[in-house]
Parts: sequence; C-alpha cells; structure tokens
Amino acid sequence: MKRFSTIVPFVVVGALWELVAHSGAFPRRLFPPLEEVAATFVRLTAAGILPQHAAETLLRLAAGFAVAATAGVLLGIAMGRYRRAEDLLLPLVSIGAPIPGLAYAPLFLLWFGLGNTGSIILVGFVAMFPVIQNSWTGVKAVKEIWIRAAQTMGADERRLFRHVILPGALPYILAGMRLGLAQGWRILVAVEMLAAVPWGLGWLIFGAREFLNTDVMLAGIAVIGAIGLALERFVFQRLERYTVVRWGMMAA
Amino acid sequence: MKAILSILAAAAVYEVVARGGWFAAALVPTLPAVARTLWAMLADGTMAGHALSTLYRVFAGLALAAALGLVLGFLMARSRAVERFFLPLVSVLMPIPSLAWAPVFILWFGLGDTATVLVVFYAASFPMILNTWTGARAVNPLWLRAAGAMGAGGASMFWKVIVPGALPFIITGLRLAFQRAWIAVVGAEMLAASDFGLGWVIFDAKEFLNADIMLASLAVIGAIGFFVERLGFAPLERYTVLRWGMVRSAKA
Repeated sequence: MKRFSTIVPFVVVGALWELVAHSGAFPRRLFPPLEEVAATFVRLTAAGILPQHAAETLLRLAAGFAVAATAGVLLGIAMGRYRRAEDLLLPLVSIGAPIPGLAYAPLFLLWFGLGNTGSIILVGFVAMFPVIQNSWTGVKAVKEIWIRAAQTMGADERRLFRHVILPGALPYILAGMRLGLAQGWRILVAVEMLAAVPWGLGWLIFGAREFLNTDVMLAGIAVIGAIGLALERFVFQRLERYTVVRWGMMAA
Repeated sequence: MKAILSILAAAAVYEVVARGGWFAAALVPTLPAVARTLWAMLADGTMAGHALSTLYRVFAGLALAAALGLVLGFLMARSRAVERFFLPLVSVLMPIPSLAWAPVFILWFGLGDTATVLVVFYAASFPMILNTWTGARAVNPLWLRAAGAMGAGGASMFWKVIVPGALPFIITGLRLAFQRAWIAVVGAEMLAASDFGLGWVIFDAKEFLNADIMLASLAVIGAIGFFVERLGFAPLERYTVLRWGMVRSAKA
C-alpha cells in the first residue's frame, strides 16, 4: 500500500507529460514523449555511450572529492587544534566560502587549462569549504570534559587525538563531507558544460542542445539525478551507520 | 584585527606570485591592476548594470520559488493527501542539479532572462518547500490547542499561530534558497545570458584573457552575497523571530 502511493504521483505527472507531448502543442523534438526518452536511454546505454559519460564524470568527482576531503580535514583539524592556524585561515575561509564556486570556473580554466585538470581542481576547491568548516566546528565541539578525562587517565597527545578528538569530531566531519560532495557534484555537472571536456554527463546534456536532442538531454538528466540520489543514500547513510551511529554518538 | 592581518598575508603572497614573473601578467594580474579595473568599471557604471541585471534575475527566481514553496509547503503540512502526492516528486527532483536543466530551458525558452530565472527558480524552490513544510509541522501542538481553546478559528489560527511558529524555519529556508540561487544565477548566466550579468562578464572575460575583470567581478559577487546576508536576512530575523523570542541570538 505504501509502495503503491509513492508511485501514484509519478504516474500522474508522467501521464500529463504524455498528454502534452502527444497533443502536438510543442514540436516533438523539443518536447519528446517519455517512450522516446526511454528508447534513447536504452539505445545510449546499450551502445556504451551513457556508461562512459557517467564513468568519466564519476572519476572526476572522485578525484576532486579526494582532494577536498584530504585538504579540508587536515586544514579543519589544524584550525580546530591550533590558535595560529585558526587566526590565519578562518578569515580567508569565511570570505571564500560564500562566493559561488562556479564564479571561479572561468578563472580556474584559464589558469589550469580546459579539460580534466581545471575541472578537478575546481571541484576540489569548491567541495573543500564545507569540509573545512565542519571539521573545524567538530574539533571545537568535542566536550572539554572528555579531553580532561582522557588526560587524567594519562592519554598523550597522539592517543588523545586518535581516541577522543577524532571520534568526537567525526559526526561533523562526515556531515561536512556530505555537503562537500553534494556541492562538488552540482559544480561538476555545470563545469563540464563550460570546460569542453570530450566526455561527461554535463557535456552530454550541453552538447545535445546543439542538435536539438531533447530526448538525450532528459535521459542524461535522469542519470544525473539517479547518481545524486545514490551518492546520498548508499554512500553516506551507510558510512554514518558504520561509524558514528554504531559508536552511539548520533541517533540513526 | 587578526582578520585583517591574515588577509594582508594572503594578499602579500598573491602579490609576490603575480610579480614574480612565473606566470603571464594577463593571467595573474597584480592587485593594484585588479583594483584599477574594478574602480574603472564601478565609475563608468558598467559594473552596476551587470550587478543589477543579476540581482533582478536572482530576486525574480527567488520570489517565484518563495511563492511556490510557501503555498506548497503549508498545503503539504496541512493535508496528508497533498503531502503524499508531492513528497516523492520533491525527493526525486531535488538531487538533480539545477544547472543540468539549463540546456533544456535554453532550448525551450531561448537564451536570456527566462531560462536564467527558471534555473534560479528550480534551485531555490526545494529549500523553500522543505523548510516551510517542516516548520509548519514543527509548530508546538500545545500552542495549537491553547489557541483553539481560546477560540481561534481557521484564519486567525493560521496567521497568528502557525505562520509565526513556522517562521524560523521559513527564514532559514529563504537563506538556503538565496545561497543556492546565487550559485545558480552565476552558472546560468555563463550558459544562457546574453550581454548582461556578472556571470556573463566573468565568462566573457575568459575569451579575452582579462583576468583582472574576472577577479574584479568575483569581488563584486562575493560582496553582494555578503551584504544580502548582513543587510537582508540578519535584520529580517532580528525584527521577527528574535524579537518575538522564538529563537535566541547565538551571541547573546
């Protein structure tokens, strides 16, 4: 029953779409019926074109996010632990974070060239800000009493960090990574349209515009949405369950 | 004071890199050159023109999103049937980056304002819908019963209890919506705008290697984002939910 009621809205919207598409009010090339989009989707998947676009995009996302996660966690923790680092970096982070990442895109493309390097560095740069901010907050939010208790029980600096500060800050760090990945994903799709890379979902959609292939665009958008949903559902919720929820630091 | 020192340090590092001669001066202009360009563009009014058309697009999209989000959010909170119909649609559409729709909107509505405003609208709608919906459901049931016992009817219950009760969430939603809209507008202008707008200026400057124009526009984009937050949302909160004592200021 529950499953059934989730399907209803999609059926209604799908039926409306079909009605408009078949009524001939708009040119078929611009407003293709769903069966045409589905046929295109199957055709492109079978030909291996869609999977390759998706794979290239995911590779870029993974590379950019790896940069963001490493640099962001290191900088964030340094800012949380050391006064000097906080004084130096916090103003820069607070100025840089609110500027829309895409505004940097042309500059980065100019500096690092069109193609992979520019887009990966941009994704890494944009995704880094939420990771820095959350890691910093997370380290600051570790309860003072835990630190003092651990010190009383003789924990040295290294064990204090490994067993108290890192687990204490992890819920925040994970939340930061989640935000960072979502932001990086949005930017990546857009930057692929601007950076003229030969493969990638963003490019697939933007390139299809030239030939009025609306069906290709809609199939590409569906894949982008599915990947976004999957990243959220299968990567982060699971990661949270195995770490912070299991340690009892956060309710499931 | 410390913030100024850290910004000065970053500026000094940049200046050394720019004057070091490792990179072409056109790609890494010195800060005085950027300042001169910014001043020239401010003085002859071109920057104001670009900023105004960007602001127009952002607020048009945001206003549409707020209208839709408020109506739909309250309806979803009010009626199970509406909630059951729209919630699955919202959760499927939300993970699709708004800029992925840009090529489709460009095909349907042509280059220019309509496509840009629609992309902004798409980006800003989801935080508005979700926060209004959450806010309306989070109204303390005790208040509802108290107001009901004192004889509040449908309309006065809605305007005097539910709306103020949901307002902290709604303002947060507006804030998130603006952040997203601000990103979306810059991206959409790069792809879809013609001749005006801050995103378009940056993208256009890339063609002519005018890194000084890009950096000057970046500064304006950052400054506008900052001032909307400081002069728009912070006072809005101060005069409504803070004054009514519904949330406490973080610093107080």
